Order: sequence, then C-alpha cells, then structure tokens
Amino acid sequence: MTAKISYDEVEVGTELPAQSFPVSRATLVRYAGASGDFNPIHWNEKFAKEVGLPDVIAHGMFTMAEAIRVVTDWAGDPGAVAEYGVRFTKPVVVPNDETGALIEVSAKVAAKLDDDDRTVRVDLTAMSAGQKVLGMSRAVVRLA
Amino acid sequence: MALDQSFVGRTYPPTDPYEVGREKIREFAEAIGDTNPAYTDADAAKALGHSEVIAPPTFVFAITFKAAGQVVEDPQLGLDYSRVVHGDQKFAYTRPVRSGDRLSVTSTIEAIKTMAGNDIIDIRGEVHDEAGEHVVTAFTKLVARAAKEA
Repeated sequence: MTAKISYDEVEVGTELPAQSFPVSRATLVRYAGASGDFNPIHWNEKFAKEVGLPDVIAHGMFTMAEAIRVVTDWAGDPGAVAEYGVRFTKPVVVPNDETGALIEVSAKVAAKLDDDDRTVRVDLTAMSAGQKVLGMSRAVVRLA
Repeated sequence: MALDQSFVGRTYPPTDPYEVGREKIREFAEAIGDTNPAYTDADAAKALGHSEVIAPPTFVFAITFKAAGQVVEDPQLGLDYSRVVHGDQKFAYTRPVRSGDRLSVTSTIEAIKTMAGNDIIDIRGEVHDEAGEHVVTAFTKLVARAAKEA
C-alpha cells in the first residue's frame, strides 16, 4: 500500500482539498443497481412522502462513499484507509430536476495517531443544502 | 415492545462466499463517479502494491448488509424492518477488498438498546476471505423507529 502523502509532511490542521459531488435521481438509480439497495425511498417520490420524508433521499451509503473520495484522492491509494465511520444525521434530499442536490465535503487532519504505524485521523464534514448530513465522520489513514 | 436482550452476543453462521468481480467493482465505482484507476486498471492497482484491482472502501457494505439481513429478518428477534433506518456505519480494514476475493461474513449482535421507544441494534460483520484471513469488519447501527400508537 503506497499512499502518495508522506506522514512526516502532514501536520495537525492540514486541510485536504475540498470537493463537491452532485447527485441527481439518475445517480440514485445507478447507485441502487450497483449497491443492490432498492429501497423505494431512494427513487419513488410517492413512497418517500408516504413514509414522512420531504422527497426522495440519497442512500446514506452513497453519501458515505462520496465523502471518503476526499480522503482517497488525497492519499492516492484507497487501500491506505484503515478505518472509516460516519453517523447519518440528516438525509440528502434529491429533487426531481436536472440539478438534483450537491454534497459538499471538506476534511482536515485532526490528529497524528502513531509515528510507527504512520497513521493520521482525518475528520470529514459533509453538507447538503446548508445542513450537516454526516456526523462523527472520521477516517484513519496510513500514510507513506 | 422492547427487543429480547438475550440476543446480545448471538453469532449467526457465516454466509456463503460472495465472489467479488472486476466488472462489479467497475460498476460500483462508476455509480459513485469515482475514476480512481485502482478500481478499474490492474496495472494501476499493482503500482500501488495491490495484487488486483481493489474496491472502493464502502463497496463491501452490499455484502455485509445482506448478511445483516440474517439478523434483521430473524423472526425470533422480531425487529420491524419497515421502521428501520441506518444510524451509523463504520469499517475497520485489514486490507482492501479486491477482485477475485471470495468473501464470507459472520454477523454478531453486539448491542440492543431501547431509547425513547426506538429499538437500536448494533451488528458486527466480520469479513474473511477464502483463506480465512480477515479483510474488514463492518459495524452497522440500525434504528427501528417507535411505532405510532394506534
């Protein structure tokens, strides 16, 4: 496993390049097929509203998959991720238009965990429509 | 009705192996719009020290969640799946999932709590490859929202 970022060059507080990820109804249908999660709250507006949601919402696992891209793009090697966890705090509501929704992800190095293991903890923030959609979103990454 | 606490610590039999395919990984990477070549190009993956294309970190959830279904749908446990939402998710990796892996999942109920009428269940899914080596552990928290009083 070869991350492109060196442990020695990273400091606590280092910000990773932020990214925004668009999500449309078509994105959700594609993700449903790829992941095998066909829960209708992710593609059927009528059903979503009947169970009390404002509209179709993105799969939490889709949001989780997008957020970690900020870390894997930065580290270079996706295999450098040793741990990754999130709490699903708010749904990403996806309107039925061409724009859809936007998931905005920022991240910073919160701690250097182990000089021998060369691991850091990265804290992530994921927002959509001005609301925090992931809480306690953290990854442990093994750097070069 | 609160869930039966005696289920805490229960481990379910390992699932039949799921064979991870290159094209399934490609499909998943495309669905999340991730163009990292480690997911689609074996040479790029090898340049990073992997023996084959690897899967994005959250790919394995499709396998562990299906395995968690053994627990969720256990009629003796009596969880109302129509009220279940995904609360937390965490993965701890020994190595990334890669194409050609034959993975089986052993699910254990770690905790059952009732808070404000909601049933909260923590399931640990240990993922092993065909050689019996640990690949990743998935920690899944499911919340069954309280049923409205009739």
